[in-house]
Amino acid sequence: MSPLFDPQLPADALLPLLVLASSLLPGLVIFFLGEARVRTRTALNLGGAFLKLGFVAWMIWGVYHGQRYELRLPLVDDLDLTLRVGALSLLFLVLSAGLWLLTTVYAVGYLEQSPHRSRFFGFFSLCVTATVGVAMAGNLLTFLLFFEMLTLTTYPLVVHRGTEAARQAGIVYLTHTMLAGALLLAGTVWLYTLAGTLTFAPRGFVSDIAGSHAGALTAIFALLIGGVGVKAALVPLHGWLPRAMVAPAPVSALLHAVAVVKAGAFGVVLIVYDVFGVEQAAALGLTGPLALVAAVTIIYGSLRALFQDDLKRRLAFSTVSQVSYIVLGVAIVGPLASVGGIVHLVHQGIMKITLFFCAGNLAETLGIHKVSEMNGVGRRMPGTMVAFTIAALGMIGVPPIAGFISKWYLGLGALEAGVHWPLYVLTASSLLNAAYFLPILHRAWFREPSGAWAERSAEHAVGDEPRTAAAGAGSPQLETGLLLLLPPLVTAALSLLVGLFASMPFSALEWSLLIAEREFHYP
Amino acid sequence: MTQPVFWALVGMALVVMGLYALIVHAHLLRKVLALNVMSSGVFLVFIGLARRAPGEDAPLAADPVPQAMVLTGIVVAVAATGLALALIVRQRALTGRTTLNDDVGR
Amino acid sequence: MPLELLGPGWSGPHWMLAAVFVPLSAALLSFLLPRLASPLGLIAATLTAVAALALTREVMAEGTTRTLLGGWATPLGILWRADGLSAALMAMTAIVGVMVSLYAAAYFRHEAHERAYFWPLWLMLWAALNALFLSADLFNLYVTLELLGFSAVSLTALGGGAAALNGAIRYLLVSVLGSLSYLLGVALVYHGCGSVDIGLVAACVPDAPRPAMQVALAAMIAGLLLKTALFPFHVWLPPAHGSAPAPVSAVLSALVVKASFYLVLRLWLDVLGGGDGDGGGRWVAELLGALGAAGVVWGSVLALRQERLKLLIAYSTVAQIGYLFLAFPLALTGDAVAWTGALYLALAHGLAKAAMFLCAGNLLRFGGHDRIAELDSAVHRLPLTLTAFALAGVSIMGLPPSGGFIGKWLLLKAAFEQERFLLATVILLGGALAAAYVFKVVGHAFTPAERERRVRSVPPDMEWSAIFLAVAAIVLGLTLPLISPLLQVGTASAASAAVTLMAEGYA
Repeated sequence: MSPLFDPQLPADALLPLLVLASSLLPGLVIFFLGEARVRTRTALNLGGAFLKLGFVAWMIWGVYHGQRYELRLPLVDDLDLTLRVGALSLLFLVLSAGLWLLTTVYAVGYLEQSPHRSRFFGFFSLCVTATVGVAMAGNLLTFLLFFEMLTLTTYPLVVHRGTEAARQAGIVYLTHTMLAGALLLAGTVWLYTLAGTLTFAPRGFVSDIAGSHAGALTAIFALLIGGVGVKAALVPLHGWLPRAMVAPAPVSALLHAVAVVKAGAFGVVLIVYDVFGVEQAAALGLTGPLALVAAVTIIYGSLRALFQDDLKRRLAFSTVSQVSYIVLGVAIVGPLASVGGIVHLVHQGIMKITLFFCAGNLAETLGIHKVSEMNGVGRRMPGTMVAFTIAALGMIGVPPIAGFISKWYLGLGALEAGVHWPLYVLTASSLLNAAYFLPILHRAWFREPSGAWAERSAEHAVGDEPRTAAAGAGSPQLETGLLLLLPPLVTAALSLLVGLFASMPFSALEWSLLIAEREFHYP
Repeated sequence: MTQPVFWALVGMALVVMGLYALIVHAHLLRKVLALNVMSSGVFLVFIGLARRAPGEDAPLAADPVPQAMVLTGIVVAVAATGLALALIVRQRALTGRTTLNDDVGR
Repeated sequence: MPLELLGPGWSGPHWMLAAVFVPLSAALLSFLLPRLASPLGLIAATLTAVAALALTREVMAEGTTRTLLGGWATPLGILWRADGLSAALMAMTAIVGVMVSLYAAAYFRHEAHERAYFWPLWLMLWAALNALFLSADLFNLYVTLELLGFSAVSLTALGGGAAALNGAIRYLLVSVLGSLSYLLGVALVYHGCGSVDIGLVAACVPDAPRPAMQVALAAMIAGLLLKTALFPFHVWLPPAHGSAPAPVSAVLSALVVKASFYLVLRLWLDVLGGGDGDGGGRWVAELLGALGAAGVVWGSVLALRQERLKLLIAYSTVAQIGYLFLAFPLALTGDAVAWTGALYLALAHGLAKAAMFLCAGNLLRFGGHDRIAELDSAVHRLPLTLTAFALAGVSIMGLPPSGGFIGKWLLLKAAFEQERFLLATVILLGGALAAAYVFKVVGHAFTPAERERRVRSVPPDMEWSAIFLAVAAIVLGLTLPLISPLLQVGTASAASAAVTLMAEGYA
């Protein structure tokens, strides 16, 4: 009787649904679990994460063999809720599904004994659901739906600690994201009334009306970019990100390094490529200002990072700067620059999550929150700091770590497009990256231990911290809990590997080349 | 001036007077009286202007429909007055006040 | 099918009669047998809802349904008519009604005095609502409007406190004033057309003497706006809705204000034909839209500034009513999109706002107060209530995929199509402000409670009925393909149908 659901769901429509459900259902169940049901909760979390990764892997295999995955649900007018998986979606899907697994492991270790874990993991799962929804959105309306869901489900995580600072950060976060949501909605409806469709298409769907409605399209572009730009932390819309660092470390790691800001950056990519079409956007004169905003954001974020003593805030400003590489890559307009931007979507995610994991380990194990407290910490926590060092060097762009690949293609792309100023921006940014990361590495490895944590260690001899005691049942003794140490080591290794094996099939770089090829040399 | 128009004007005058009194008087009993004056005015307009079919020139032939309607209206008005008086008496017994609070709407 | 078991061979007219006379007779019975009021009320609520939903199904399948009460022909007899608009509102009333009844049975379990008065009044109110949605002549609408007003006023006073009494008296005065204004209009319409049947009046309005008819319709609409609490006539609403017991507030905000809005819509669409075709209509539509926009902004800002939860929700109602009137200028082009949007908002608001007030009732009962700043301990202990509030908030904010989103989407679409950017901005701004006041409450869920206070426990029925309504408001967003055809049933056919029925009656 109801026309809502097609009675027969073929497998190619089912798979996107399963990817959503593998985190949605565990999340909903977790809300109803008691605080003490640690085992059940962990099993649900990890089971969901592994399942999701499995489904995504299945889809990679399918897409590689030409399979199309699509699910439609009529919503309003002739618009559907559409979930669709293409090359670009898969890139983001792999990133979020893979990092979700690692972050879940980390969060289980990080939040031992802390209150409200059911609430935390429930919303955590819902966030990932929203993120993969953003990745699979087949039209702007579906994108909007999951984008707003991401806002709603991250809010509880930002204010999770319940302190006054957390509440304030929550208000700032909501003010930014809700106003952004309004802009995005306005742009979406307006575009729909003009174009009559919202379905993402390679090279965009506005070329028919570009001639007659150039002014309106410019305004729509500004509205849409403003809407996603808040989550992508484009200056001057970035204010929420450093404040959101009051959240627990796994939240900062996954959401503020990967899911939320990436959803924003992914949105920019979608709007430029699949809504406007990059050449159409360039023809309308829209990419120039976007590139300028990206450049300003890159420099501004790096400069601000330079002066932060709080480690997580320094990383947050670094995120502000780094995410705009993606935007810059898109806005330079050219195949190679696009590759650089899109591949950075993955590379930056892996490196930045490593840094946040490490910052969380330092804070949780030794109580270190500030850069100035990090003297000599490399000797106390060598594993964590090795991971940190790899990721930081990658951020600076030292070959052969992942970040180098991104910067290389961005630079090549700028040259290919015949513009030089992005090179200066990249160089300046790399110098600034070095200026705010190298002192940290120097302190950690080459200075004598000092500060409160060092005195505590001296007093209590070795291995008396609760973490270490809990984890070090057997020898050799670990510097911190296994669940905390493993994820950053894995992601650090990953950032090295994706750099080393960048030209292997199925690597992020190869996928990005595929995507860029589709955008620029479409028949 | 024809008779229907005269009655209608008288009715309208009552409505306006009632509305004026409803607004200016603070005492709730006066407000209830004002509403009663208004409703009388409305009924007068209703009966006064009633005629069976538009355009005909024999308007004063008794039209039963508006009579029935006004009868219903009077019942409603009596009920409203009764309800209002009950509420006012109760409020006076509770608080001693016979006016509305003025601290709302801000 | 269970419906056929209940009434073998029943058709639309039977369900219409049941939808009004079941609650009416149950109201009288429960007044006579106060000890049995709760079970009687619950049974009647279920039956009424079944009748209303069956009627909706009938309308969806068969189109507009009519009946002459007792077989008496108009003009002395009474004609009832159910088209898509009536059916949709009756269905929404049925869902809210059943949930509020369940809630109230738990809420008043230990208050014999209030329980004895609540059930007769609430069932009377429901009967009046259904009768109002079914009535097809202007005078009958007046009678149902008054029945509705009196039962609503009495329910407002149910708590018996000074604030409740004061709110009730203010509400009564406004309600009677509005009805009188409406009745004055009816008198003038009867003078001009010699009939009060909506269809016949619609047919006669174009030829009727102009100034008299303009005054008549202006008086009717003004009276109804007063009852709908459109800005600037909203001052009576927050004290009345804010001081009543929670189930009553839910009914008042979700259903009662919708009744007078429905009437405005009937007049506008069926009698005035959508206001197109003459300059005066355009002017009135623009005025209504401007008042609606002012209501959206002003109501939202005041909601944000409230320190008590129930007043916050009541002011949010003022804002949401404003949205409904934005459709008037947007529909001037003859496009039905704006009307569908406004109706969708009305339905979604009914479900969501009822859920919110029920949540407020839970928090009030648990913590003994509803001061927002001190809600944290209560909010912490009632996660289900909080979830219901947040989900209802999603619909009020108009985030996808809720019913509120679909309504806003359609209104926005109309606004952008006509390049009315100011109205679009108001629609978006209202959503952002709604987010601010919803999160003002929800934010307290995450700040740790300073002291543990547990005044009274909250029965699970009270939490689950709120959840059900909130989820229904969300799910409504996914059912546009079902509801949109329903809303189209009977539009623009009212006039001709009534004429045929009149002719049959005389023959």
